[in-house]
Amino acid sequence: MTAAAANKNTRVAMMVCLLVVGMVGLSYAAVPLYNLFCKVTGYGGTTQVAEVASGAVIDREMDVRFNASVHRDMPWDFKPVQVHQTLKIGEQGIAHYEAYNPTGQTIVGTATYNVTPHKAGEYFAKIDCFCFTEQELKPGERVDMPVVYFIDPLIAEDPNLDDVSEVTLSYTFFVMEDETARVRAEQGR
Amino acid sequence: MAHDNPTGWRRWVYSTNHKDIGVMYLWFAFFAGLIGFAMSGLMRMELEHPGVQFLPEFLGITEDHARHMFNVLTTGHGLIMVFFMVMPALIGGFGNYFVPLMIGAPDMAFPRMNNVSFWLMPPAFILLLLSTVVEGAPGMNGFGGGWTAYAPLSTSGHPGPSMDLAIFSLHVAGASSIMGAINYITTIFNMRAPGMTLHKMPLFSWSILITAFLLVLSLPVLAGAITMLLTDRNFGTTFFDPAGGGDPILFQHLFWFFGHPEVYIMILPAFGIVSHIVSTFSRKPVFGYLGMAYAMAAIGFIGFVVWAHHMYTVGLDVDTKAYFVAATMVIAVPTGVKIFSWIATMWGGSIRFEVPMMYAIAFILLFTVGGVTGVVLSNAGADIVLHDTYYVVAHFHYVLSLGAVFAIFAGLYYWVGKMSGKQYPNLLAHIQFWITFIGVNLIFFPQHFLGLQGMPRRYVDYTDAHAYWNWVSTLGYKVTAVGVLLFIVVMAMTLFKKKKDCADNPWGEGATTLEWTLSSPPPFHQFNELPKIK
Repeated sequence: MTAAAANKNTRVAMMVCLLVVGMVGLSYAAVPLYNLFCKVTGYGGTTQVAEVASGAVIDREMDVRFNASVHRDMPWDFKPVQVHQTLKIGEQGIAHYEAYNPTGQTIVGTATYNVTPHKAGEYFAKIDCFCFTEQELKPGERVDMPVVYFIDPLIAEDPNLDDVSEVTLSYTFFVMEDETARVRAEQGR
Repeated sequence: MAHDNPTGWRRWVYSTNHKDIGVMYLWFAFFAGLIGFAMSGLMRMELEHPGVQFLPEFLGITEDHARHMFNVLTTGHGLIMVFFMVMPALIGGFGNYFVPLMIGAPDMAFPRMNNVSFWLMPPAFILLLLSTVVEGAPGMNGFGGGWTAYAPLSTSGHPGPSMDLAIFSLHVAGASSIMGAINYITTIFNMRAPGMTLHKMPLFSWSILITAFLLVLSLPVLAGAITMLLTDRNFGTTFFDPAGGGDPILFQHLFWFFGHPEVYIMILPAFGIVSHIVSTFSRKPVFGYLGMAYAMAAIGFIGFVVWAHHMYTVGLDVDTKAYFVAATMVIAVPTGVKIFSWIATMWGGSIRFEVPMMYAIAFILLFTVGGVTGVVLSNAGADIVLHDTYYVVAHFHYVLSLGAVFAIFAGLYYWVGKMSGKQYPNLLAHIQFWITFIGVNLIFFPQHFLGLQGMPRRYVDYTDAHAYWNWVSTLGYKVTAVGVLLFIVVMAMTLFKKKKDCADNPWGEGATTLEWTLSSPPPFHQFNELPKIK
């Protein structure tokens, strides 16, 4: 093979290698992009965050049901205080959950959440929620956890949601292993 | 230029010769294929009757272990057939042997990298086999989460080292394939004989070129996804763990962004081989050559934008589903161009039903059956019902097991004379074709019925209602096993012949590509004087 041909081959091979590296990079870039995509579009029932309620209240009712669960490693007793609430769309609602730590040790937890049907996630806005921050429960501690929320009136303009009269807000609590260990270490000192 | 003619074990282990490497790939695929085939045999024997009885008895394990073992077998069968049988045979085997011959090149662009590509495969395969005998699920050996390895079953569900070995195996096999792809792209772009423009290049070379691009664009995403699995499992990251803000569905997106192009990686080279064979035995040039080439390019491109049709049940919204339904159905258009062009090539041709042609025609028929069930499954509404049932199993075995594998058989019968200088025994090969054809259809056609009746895939047991067609399916496996044994006999009779009896061009005027201008077998180094293409 001549030197010129070898150079030409190396050039093509390098360009293909760049493609490979680029695709590996893209696969990792997919992680934050996917999270962003979920937040923006409400994909997978991801709920929205708002500063204040919209103000506008329209004459359509929504039944909001509340669900609570814990990861199998999480010993907390976690349940909603009310089974469901009915409120007008746009109206601000407040719901309560209750968590109890039956163990003899401090545990730090965090909750993931979504609403079903997933397509309603885009219109379910929370103003304040215990899920925004991590929660720390001391041994035997019982706490009330409020959620302040409203259904965005824009829901009325989306024909895909015309059939939705009931949404379920769901939380799952997980143990934050590292935080729990840190807090326990501080208490031990 | 002086060229070495190495002999003995050095010829193979140190090999930089594209033909020797191609032959090694074919042998590798053959042995891996036998293991994959044996695994499916264990599954079919277990499924012959309702209840869990065959595996516990045959392997001497408890019923619980047998249930897990069944899942390990489905996983192993899938991974082996995809990464260690179909891909090495079609891409590494036929690709290495025939792409340089067809484009009039003396060898591949990077012969030493070619050697590395091949010799990464056996260690990858050994890693995968090792993963089945070390702990995976708690207290049990092997990874049983399917070839798709969805999280969280592949992360928290299998704490043992089995899954880690499987991940390493895929990393190594993936590196091998990517190096191969770089080699093909460079070879085809830079080393075509004078006068052979891309638009004059044989369709098999076209298919390998497009396949190489699909590999380069999709395999790194799989590598990324399984690396995330690995760090989630061992280093405390939470890419797919909701407890840390991750999402298991993300793994499915990444996997299928690789996984869907992967199915075209397996079938496009088959398209290339079938085009050559249909043209040769109809004694006509392929109908609509440019359309055929660009149909493959179109299939490759669209293959990247349809991945979520594997995920209709994860809760995509209705507009997203509508897009993926429409995009998926669009693939039927370039695929239809190919099917009709093959038929138009045969139309009015002087057809000879030699064994490769029988396999090629069977490919067209069976691939079309699989394509039609694919259009059914592309409908999100229908797929909700059929998702993860035997209907899906029947669909992808019709396009891959009866499609890609028939193309491998076709290619072997077409080229074995060229590669070895010895022609196969004709009558026995015809019998082998018919037994295999009947056997595989007996296996997979009844699985459509089982799927429509709601039998889920990857289950070790089923209700009595599914007993009859499962029994028929297992009967089909036994027939196919006879076909596979006969295939070994036919190939042994061919290769152990004392005399080289294959002419340079045994197929006559229909065989027009450059490999038929060389001797059978071709000289160790060919085209030292580059051929001129008019």
